[in-house]
Amino acid sequence: MAYPYRDERETRILSAHFGDPAARTLAGWRQRGGYQALQQALGMSPEQVVDIVKNSALRGRGGAGFPAGLKWSFLRNDGRPHYVLVNSDESEPGAFKDRELCRWTPHQVLEGALINAYAIRAQHVYIYMRGEFFEPAQIVARAIDEAYAAGIAGPDVLGSGVGIDVTLHLGAGAYICGEETALMNSLEGRRGQPRVKPPFPAVFGAFGQPTNINNVETLCAVPHIIRNGAEWWRSFGTEKSTGTKLFNMSGHLVRRGNYEFPLGFNMKELIYDVCGGIRDGRSLKAVIPGGSSVPMLAAHEIDIACDYESVAKAGSMLGTASMIVMDDRTNIVKQVRRMVEFYAHESCGQCTPCREGTEWLARIMRRIEAGQGTEEDLDMLVDLGKNMTGTTICVLSDSAAAPVISSLAKFKDEYLALIGRAAPVAAAV
Amino acid sequence: MANESNDTVNVTINGIAAAVPKGACIIEAAEQLGIGIAHYCYHPGLSAPAMCRMCLVEVEGAPKLAPACVTTVAEGQVIHTESERARAARTGTLEFYLLNHPLDCPICDKSGECKLQDYTHAEGREHGRSVEPKRVLGLDDFGGDILYHGNRCILCTRCVRYMREIAGDDLLCVVQRGHRSVIDTFFEEGVEHSLWAGNIVDICPVGALLSKDFLHKARVWDLDHTPSICPNCAQGCNIKLDTRDNLVMRVRPRLNPAVNSYWICDYGRHHYEWINQPERVQTPLLRREDGTLGAVSWEQALTAVLARLQHRPGPLLVIGSPMLGNEDNGLLARVAELLGGGELLYRSAQADHEVVCPGFPALARRHDLSANARGLELFGFRRTGDAAGEGGLPAVGGATVIVLGDALEDLPAAFGHDAALMVVLGQRLTPAAANAHVVLPVCTFAEQEGTFTNVHGRVQRFWPALQPPPLARPAWQVLGVVLAGLGDGAPAPTAGGAFMRLGELHPELAGLSYEQLGPLGALLNEPVQLPAGKGA
Repeated sequence: MAYPYRDERETRILSAHFGDPAARTLAGWRQRGGYQALQQALGMSPEQVVDIVKNSALRGRGGAGFPAGLKWSFLRNDGRPHYVLVNSDESEPGAFKDRELCRWTPHQVLEGALINAYAIRAQHVYIYMRGEFFEPAQIVARAIDEAYAAGIAGPDVLGSGVGIDVTLHLGAGAYICGEETALMNSLEGRRGQPRVKPPFPAVFGAFGQPTNINNVETLCAVPHIIRNGAEWWRSFGTEKSTGTKLFNMSGHLVRRGNYEFPLGFNMKELIYDVCGGIRDGRSLKAVIPGGSSVPMLAAHEIDIACDYESVAKAGSMLGTASMIVMDDRTNIVKQVRRMVEFYAHESCGQCTPCREGTEWLARIMRRIEAGQGTEEDLDMLVDLGKNMTGTTICVLSDSAAAPVISSLAKFKDEYLALIGRAAPVAAAV
Repeated sequence: MANESNDTVNVTINGIAAAVPKGACIIEAAEQLGIGIAHYCYHPGLSAPAMCRMCLVEVEGAPKLAPACVTTVAEGQVIHTESERARAARTGTLEFYLLNHPLDCPICDKSGECKLQDYTHAEGREHGRSVEPKRVLGLDDFGGDILYHGNRCILCTRCVRYMREIAGDDLLCVVQRGHRSVIDTFFEEGVEHSLWAGNIVDICPVGALLSKDFLHKARVWDLDHTPSICPNCAQGCNIKLDTRDNLVMRVRPRLNPAVNSYWICDYGRHHYEWINQPERVQTPLLRREDGTLGAVSWEQALTAVLARLQHRPGPLLVIGSPMLGNEDNGLLARVAELLGGGELLYRSAQADHEVVCPGFPALARRHDLSANARGLELFGFRRTGDAAGEGGLPAVGGATVIVLGDALEDLPAAFGHDAALMVVLGQRLTPAAANAHVVLPVCTFAEQEGTFTNVHGRVQRFWPALQPPPLARPAWQVLGVVLAGLGDGAPAPTAGGAFMRLGELHPELAGLSYEQLGPLGALLNEPVQLPAGKGA
């Protein structure tokens, strides 16, 4: 089964074996150089492994872009049980990279997780996978069985005397469980609600023990870094945003899909050259560059490098590099309403500004969309959005407010058209 | 305000610099400085989830507002609770609270002591901006005494955490998520089996959890609150008697970290109707020549009592009351002593077993279902009767019987008719009590000042919450006059004076005074040392 779209400009490292079912099996993975990095890591001290990851300047791929090696170094060798959690709860609208990594290269995920566990002296890896990932879960479960049978996971990893267990845990369908502390609560059998930080997971994580939690894509980069060195990884990307990244391209594009490029690749080139531009000969209206929770960019703002710093400078966030591309027929108000409804549905309900605010935004957006809004509503949306930003335990509330605030800043005309204060947007359907 | 101690840190809150205990959260520290910080989910007796987002304060140097309930104080911290950012956050959050709230204060029992009402009045927006229909939920019966008004609920989860952490029984939970969240029980099982569930009504900051017993019974601003001691078991929980129209309307806990923390049991909470006794002895009564009881003045009654006691016929039987104070029973024991001694008995109902509060094990509903058995034992009274607090009294033919507080309800109508002398200091005229030669109307514990001694020997004060019938008097006052008549010195003019008199008679109480007991009481044999200049 060939992978839908490829592009010769890509730098395929993590995604090298996408579309290659033979890479899924242990034997196939070993033929492709699999588990050499784990073997190599086991020959080093845990601190050396952490140092390599640190030197690579690999940044967490779950959205926040926090330096992974630094996070690993927060864990102390204090004799308490340590846990590694693999965050495979990929639920951000627009994101579909972890799913593909788990589907095509389950052993790549496992290898990264085992190196991670060795580096922080964890005895147990939990792969927390989104419940809807039924197929990837089966594939990863099979890989775990193979790894146990081959002595790669279990009491004596590759004969090193180090014991690392691996458990696959399926979530039950809550977006918020992708937030690291909500994930821990969910894993422990509690309600999936984010915890107040501090204490941070490195001190008080899963089951109250020191825990290191990483995104699937982050861990998939680790074996390559161990094998080829930190320098090699830094040779891709920019100075601060190193390495390659999977770009999840969706929306009104000619060739949608997963593309791997070094960070810093030009967004315009990505959309127009790699993905073939906008479908049906339409023109571009807006791009959400990093998954639904980041502010949107207007068509004229996209000639930027796709790295953490440049996208932030443009007023948005690279996030998970999950780009939702919208053409000129897109009804922005409807699009934002749907996103806000998503967040209202997925709010865990702990913090009042989020629990009530997301639903209120959705109510107002529905009213505006139905043509019953007023200009005061627009000011109120911004005001409510501000009251929801920075006032809650996690950032779901901020995420719900972001598309509202950014769309009002950039596409106010579409709102005004719906409340009868501006000419209808010609192309809107 | 320099403080060298290792146990404190120096912080500045709203410009006030102070040393506050290390490890305290900002809410606690601010409270010590007299600065209140609005909050819903935080409760000092429970864990803090920091989810109501009302207590956000500005900490200099921190990028975001910090929840004051979980942010511990740090050396040099500068905190602003009234800065523009902090106030704006509160006003914004309050608006979210009212999005689905029905604003039905006029028919809500919590109105007047509702934190949503208070904070909204203080800092909320003048006008709501929501024009959409509100979410509407029904009324849910949580079992036992508890009703749940989902529309009013602000989901602070105090009740959920209370049931888990203090009641030790996860009977409540949040179901659903986001704006669809509600508090619920598990299927058909409610909180009816928990002895501790009633506290969730008190800690609910809004009118979401209501007591069926108190439902629409009184507006809280019409209630008077009197500090008291729960008389219903030997634990001696500190309570407030909330009264209106000279009736107890409800009972609520009062903080005493050594006895009951913030909590009381439902047995004590709902066992208050007996305090509202409708039919009382109104005047002193004296048996006349024709054998009937007739109203007389206190002077006539006491003169008669003293005249007869002075050449007391037969053996002496004294029945005390564990529902009355140390002052009353202690002076009664003194009367017996001056009369040459006799048998001192008391009766008290007993439960099958103790019910310990899982989250605060020092608190339990005790075996003994009366307030002051420990005090009575100290004065030489001996327990008699069965677990219902009935029976156990000897035949009294030819004897002198003095009864205090015990209504003798269980006894046959003929009890005492053959006694040589029967004096009843009581509240109600039951058939047996009506055989008395003299009946003296006395107050209940709720109508007078006094002290109870709890199961652990903690002596605790209670205060008058109700008006007694006009001619009823506290028993200690009546007995003081009797003692004076028996040559035991001038009667004590106050309950505090009577208590001091007991200290002279009983070394366990020596050194204690009302002032030293204060609102939280003190243990027997452990006189409290007050700072110099404040001693009695």
